[in-house]
Amino acid sequence: MDSASAIDAPRGARLPTVVSDRLAKKYSRNLKERAIEALLFLAAFVSVFTTAGIVYILVKESVVFFSQVPILDFLTDRQWTPLFDDAHYGIRVLLSGTITSSVVALLVAIPLGTTIAVYLSEFASPRAREVAKPVLELLSGVPTIVYGYFALLFVTPLLQALIPSLPGFNLLSAGIVMGIMIVPYVASISEDAMRAVPMSLREGSFAMGATRLQTAMKVVVPAATSGIAAAYILGISRAVGETMILAVAAGMQPNLTFNPLEPAATITAYIVQVALGDLPHGSVGYQTIFAAGLSLLLLTLMFNLIGFWMRRRYREVY
Amino acid sequence: MSAIAPSRTEVRRLIVRARRLDVLFVALGIVALGIGFATFVALFLDMLIDGWSRLRPEFFTQFPSRRAGQAGILSAWVGTLLVMIVTACVAVPLGVAAGIYLEEYAPKNWVTDLIEINITNLAGVPSIVYGLLALGLFVYAFGLGQSVQTAGLTLALLILPVVIVATREAIRSIPGMIREGAYAVGATRWQTVKDHIIPYSTPGILTGVIIGMSRAIGETAPIITIGALTFIAFLPPPPVTGDFPFLSFEWLSAPFTVMPIQMFNWTSRPDPAFHANAAAAGTILVFMTLAMNALAIWLRFRLRKNIKW
Repeated sequence: MDSASAIDAPRGARLPTVVSDRLAKKYSRNLKERAIEALLFLAAFVSVFTTAGIVYILVKESVVFFSQVPILDFLTDRQWTPLFDDAHYGIRVLLSGTITSSVVALLVAIPLGTTIAVYLSEFASPRAREVAKPVLELLSGVPTIVYGYFALLFVTPLLQALIPSLPGFNLLSAGIVMGIMIVPYVASISEDAMRAVPMSLREGSFAMGATRLQTAMKVVVPAATSGIAAAYILGISRAVGETMILAVAAGMQPNLTFNPLEPAATITAYIVQVALGDLPHGSVGYQTIFAAGLSLLLLTLMFNLIGFWMRRRYREVY
Repeated sequence: MSAIAPSRTEVRRLIVRARRLDVLFVALGIVALGIGFATFVALFLDMLIDGWSRLRPEFFTQFPSRRAGQAGILSAWVGTLLVMIVTACVAVPLGVAAGIYLEEYAPKNWVTDLIEINITNLAGVPSIVYGLLALGLFVYAFGLGQSVQTAGLTLALLILPVVIVATREAIRSIPGMIREGAYAVGATRWQTVKDHIIPYSTPGILTGVIIGMSRAIGETAPIITIGALTFIAFLPPPPVTGDFPFLSFEWLSAPFTVMPIQMFNWTSRPDPAFHANAAAAGTILVFMTLAMNALAIWLRFRLRKNIKW
């Protein structure tokens, strides 16, 4: 029972105390608190289940796939024809499309994103920043299927006017639009990194007579290098995982090429293509999408881990 | 000596040049921002012009059709609405509960670290991988079928990190004295959370939920991956029926299509007449996400203005 008040009591009799019974620890209330905590914990643990589920499903189906297709063929074959009678499973074919489109996207996103980040962090007035940032966020909120439509029916005809030999499906227009899509992402992470650079460094630079641009390029950007690099790497991860723009505008024809003027399927576009058809559950063709998904997951995971590691590094400096 | 040290005019020239570069860079920055905005404007106007002829009331009340001129988005917008209801019903309670646990309850140990690493990591997983998870787990292992509930659950998992992060940020901005005050008058942990933490963090949580939902509305890849049909000329059974008990959950397991999939279907057809339909559907889609984002931005702005602890 109430041991604290019972200790000093002569012959076990209870002294009248100011502490009322209503404040004593109640069993039922304690139980309720515990139950709620357990429920909340379970909700938080869903994220762990999700990751476990993703890894389990992808690995399980891929193991079946790799028992039929040697992993060496998967990595070295120069053809990807899983739906033909003469089936070949060379992931390099899909990987080439993914890499080419991502490189195009980065060639757009890195210069634009970095310039915007430097401008917003070092030059723009707080008011301009207040307006520009939400509008940039809107740009990243546009559904990717809409970007796909834009790439196929607006950017491709525009590019065809410049390059008449450009086919209707090509990696170039998909890559450019994808680059525009990840600009806000690259810009906002780089800007965060630059604003984390302490003001004293800038003041020191200004005191030596440097201009804003000199301070930005020679002091702020070098100091924020790892954060900016993290922004680029997370941008790559976004580009690699992007699906709809490529499925719509780059065609779904597997093509081992690094030429952005050609049509080519990416890993993600291939998964969409198979999902749109009606392959029977359990066939090798069906399992290829899980093997492709596993490759995709490993690729993005690698970039994400490097990115997070670099982001943490710049935080520790100051 | 004087040969090494620059003369006064040379220094002046250097300064002028550096200043000019400064101005040049400002122009460059504005141009870069302009390219972003111009793309957005071009995208929206292009779709609006292409789809304008289709943006009529009938477009919302007709089923998709083989004839482009008669096709509408009735099954698509109803499907989107139903899927969003499932998504919200799953993602909001789970995400808010997870956020509360991590901010208010979680002890500092490896389990908490594990959960936090998982959430950061899940935010970076490509959406199509969630589609593969749903295909393997919800469709085949749990037997939920290629239905509204599968799509809703998939999108809920997809936006869970967004809701959790928003909840945590909203809770973190509540000062510690609020909690101390509650504990001081004898409230338990849950009472503090229920009566103080949740009400004060509601606007912040709402912002995160709206942004997450606007992302879910436009997601196409995971829903294609679970095998949603692209041609649906019927509606799911209604949730309210005439007979007792007046509520039906059959719509949960009905086949469905959603706005982005309908748009994808029309975009990938070679016939340009269908492209006008795609443009009209895209305009509506962009308008919906824009409206949701604007609402979220406005909420965040109001929140920052009103609350002064």
